[in-house]
Amino acid sequence: MAGYILRRLVQSALILVGISFVTFVLLYVLPADPVRQIAGRSATAETVENIRRQLGLDQPFVVQYGRYLAALLQGDMGRSYLQKTEVTELILSRLPATLQLMSAGIVAELVLGLSMGVAAALMRGRAGDQLLMMASFVTVSAPQFVVSLLLLYVFAVKLGWFPIGGYGTAAHLVLPAVTLGILGSGWYSRMMRSSMIEVLRADYIRTARAKGLSGLRVVLGHALPNAILPVVAMIGIDIGIFMGGIVVVESVFGWPGIGQLAWQAIQRVDIPIIMGVTLVSALAIVIGNLLADLVAPLIDPRIRLR
Amino acid sequence: MKKWLVSTALALTLALPAAAQDYTPDPNAKPGGTITITYKDDVATLDPAIGYDWQNWSMIKSIFDGLMDYVPGTTTLRAGLAESYEISPDGLTYTFKLRPGVKFHNGREMTAEDVKYSLDRVTDPATQSPGAGFFGSIAGFEAAGPDGLSGVEVVDPLTVKITLSRPDATFLHVMALNFASVVPKEAVDALGSDFGKQPVGTGAFRLGEWTLGQRLVFEKNADYWREGVPYLDSVVFEVGQEPVVALLRLQNGEVDVPGDGIPPAKFTEVMGDPAQAARVVQGGQLHTGYITLNVTMPPFDKVEVRKAVNMAINKERITQIINGRAVPATQPLPPSMPGYTEGYAGYPYDVEGAKKLLADAGLADGFETDLYVMNTDPNPRIAQAIQQDLATIGIKANIQSLAQANVIEAGGAGTAPMIWSGGMAWIADFPDPSNFYGPILGCAGAGDGGWNWSKFCDEALDKMAVEADSLSDPARAEERLKLWSDVYMGVMEKAPWVPVFNEERYTMKSERMGGDDALYVDPVSIPVNYDYVYVK
Repeated sequence: MAGYILRRLVQSALILVGISFVTFVLLYVLPADPVRQIAGRSATAETVENIRRQLGLDQPFVVQYGRYLAALLQGDMGRSYLQKTEVTELILSRLPATLQLMSAGIVAELVLGLSMGVAAALMRGRAGDQLLMMASFVTVSAPQFVVSLLLLYVFAVKLGWFPIGGYGTAAHLVLPAVTLGILGSGWYSRMMRSSMIEVLRADYIRTARAKGLSGLRVVLGHALPNAILPVVAMIGIDIGIFMGGIVVVESVFGWPGIGQLAWQAIQRVDIPIIMGVTLVSALAIVIGNLLADLVAPLIDPRIRLR
Repeated sequence: MKKWLVSTALALTLALPAAAQDYTPDPNAKPGGTITITYKDDVATLDPAIGYDWQNWSMIKSIFDGLMDYVPGTTTLRAGLAESYEISPDGLTYTFKLRPGVKFHNGREMTAEDVKYSLDRVTDPATQSPGAGFFGSIAGFEAAGPDGLSGVEVVDPLTVKITLSRPDATFLHVMALNFASVVPKEAVDALGSDFGKQPVGTGAFRLGEWTLGQRLVFEKNADYWREGVPYLDSVVFEVGQEPVVALLRLQNGEVDVPGDGIPPAKFTEVMGDPAQAARVVQGGQLHTGYITLNVTMPPFDKVEVRKAVNMAINKERITQIINGRAVPATQPLPPSMPGYTEGYAGYPYDVEGAKKLLADAGLADGFETDLYVMNTDPNPRIAQAIQQDLATIGIKANIQSLAQANVIEAGGAGTAPMIWSGGMAWIADFPDPSNFYGPILGCAGAGDGGWNWSKFCDEALDKMAVEADSLSDPARAEERLKLWSDVYMGVMEKAPWVPVFNEERYTMKSERMGGDDALYVDPVSIPVNYDYVYVK
């Protein structure tokens, strides 16, 4: 087990280096010059060249990437080109907000998705099932921007139940978390439905029923715990999709997370921030996957980690 | 400013007393209160040597002061930290007398050493200031570095003498730019790159709180050297707010001024509601939206073709696309800019005439080209209108809709035959006609990477421009403006641009906001002049 974890950690580190390389290449070939963004429109050619030299952007790709990687390995993600602030500081100041929203969003999508899935499985083949599965399609394909604004308009502006965007209290968290929950619930409800249907067919369920247990006890006590586990293991993999959705939701609700930071950095070709956010997101996904793999044998003893 | 009219033949030096023309305080203004401003983007920096976007420009103005300043709500220069100044008859030496007893937010008194330090710092290549080039006329600029500018001398603790290497009629405007703000050396030394996050100036407000990505709070500087201002106790900037959401919050009474303005999609709705429209202040701004025609790329190297394009564009229709938030443009300069040529009608909208010009150029069957445009609304829609207009005279323009940075790159590299400037258009740094020439129409900006996307370089016009800017004697100001007007008429003759429209500014404010309307469309402080607005 320890050997497995160690091996996976080494693999994860290599994956992160690989991601840093690919991202760096993409930013290098991008037809947009970060120096132009820093120098502004009134800069003379000398100013532009001077800035390029000071940032080392006049160096060949290999030198630039080598320097970045060397600094990164010492925990230094550099300073933002435009804000001049340390990238680590920028990310750390925003990470708690993103993690908070992410946890709340995952709870929301699990509660919504799992209950929809269970309900659909129990009503299998009937109108209710079809309605729920249609709803799951709608939520998966609904544009994040529209859903966010719709919820904001109805529940914050019209009904006044929640603040109109912003950050700080639990009330601020509800709408963005529910938005993420709705958007992500479709995947879980479909997974949950099929997992539940499979379990309900199993012999031990028939045995439980034969023992004379009530329908509710069979579902809650025997079927659900078994059906839910493979679905929960999905969360680790889901983090990647989540990271993408969070950008839009953060922007509409004025949630000060790293999604917003990334979006602005991309607009301004602020390479150190783009690199930093990409690596932190990649790290989250790698950790998520690792946890999912570690949890798998606990759920299903047939899986062996080697 | 009457004293400016004193002839140099009679006076050896020109002196301007500080209060020659100044702002008349609003009799209804009362101190106190806090207002909330929202922005979508986080504030990049508050370092006056670095900050160069329209969002932090006005914020920096409220935290720092320079030697010169503008009368609030106008483009009229007034003295700032300088109490008075003298210009030598040859226009090469400016002697500024500083206001005594001005204190930085850290309590230390500001002196001539600070002025010199600040100008040395902004021109030192190590600072990487995007505004360094504005100081090019100061003697010793070419050798600027850690040793400072030789042209800036401290005469005594309250006197600074600045020597220029060439007469520069815009120099006082340059001294009013944020880049010329006075900063305390000890604070910059202590904070290094973080000075932009913990700024220390002499301005009307000090930075109270900055929670990255969430909010900034400006607190009133009770010791501010200008009497009676600012009125507000504090200004809260909330960042990361979608413009649409900011508008909803304004309607709900939570926001006083949405910094990003009224979202285009909501404009008709807001203006259609009398209660809301009453709280919108409209004003001109020093902005021109234009199409650049790359004169180095055939067939735009032919002036007939460029003129034909000018005549094919239906500017009225394009202003309708943006709900009439602009007026059609006839020339590069916006109407509120000194030097604007009154009575010049520009190229007429004349499809037949345009076709004829194309035929004269041997292109009766038209041609195919690329039109670059920034990919945010309403720019792609405007590009489509341009595309349709061009189609009527047989030009097939393929729209290249890209991110801002990519369009700027293509423009600078000279690989874009046509660019619609929307989202990247020129807004003046200071209210002077020269600011619309050098970087965007002059030879200086035509090199690789420059902002002169037409790559237009006319030596004769460049000479006229230099001549105009050497007329630094205020007595010849009229003559200078005439010369500038001639430069722009010369540009129109060569037609490297299609000037399309001049955007109007619409600032929305909450009911409780007080102060002259001019403060809400201040040409220098966008969206509002924080130092002079108040809460009713």
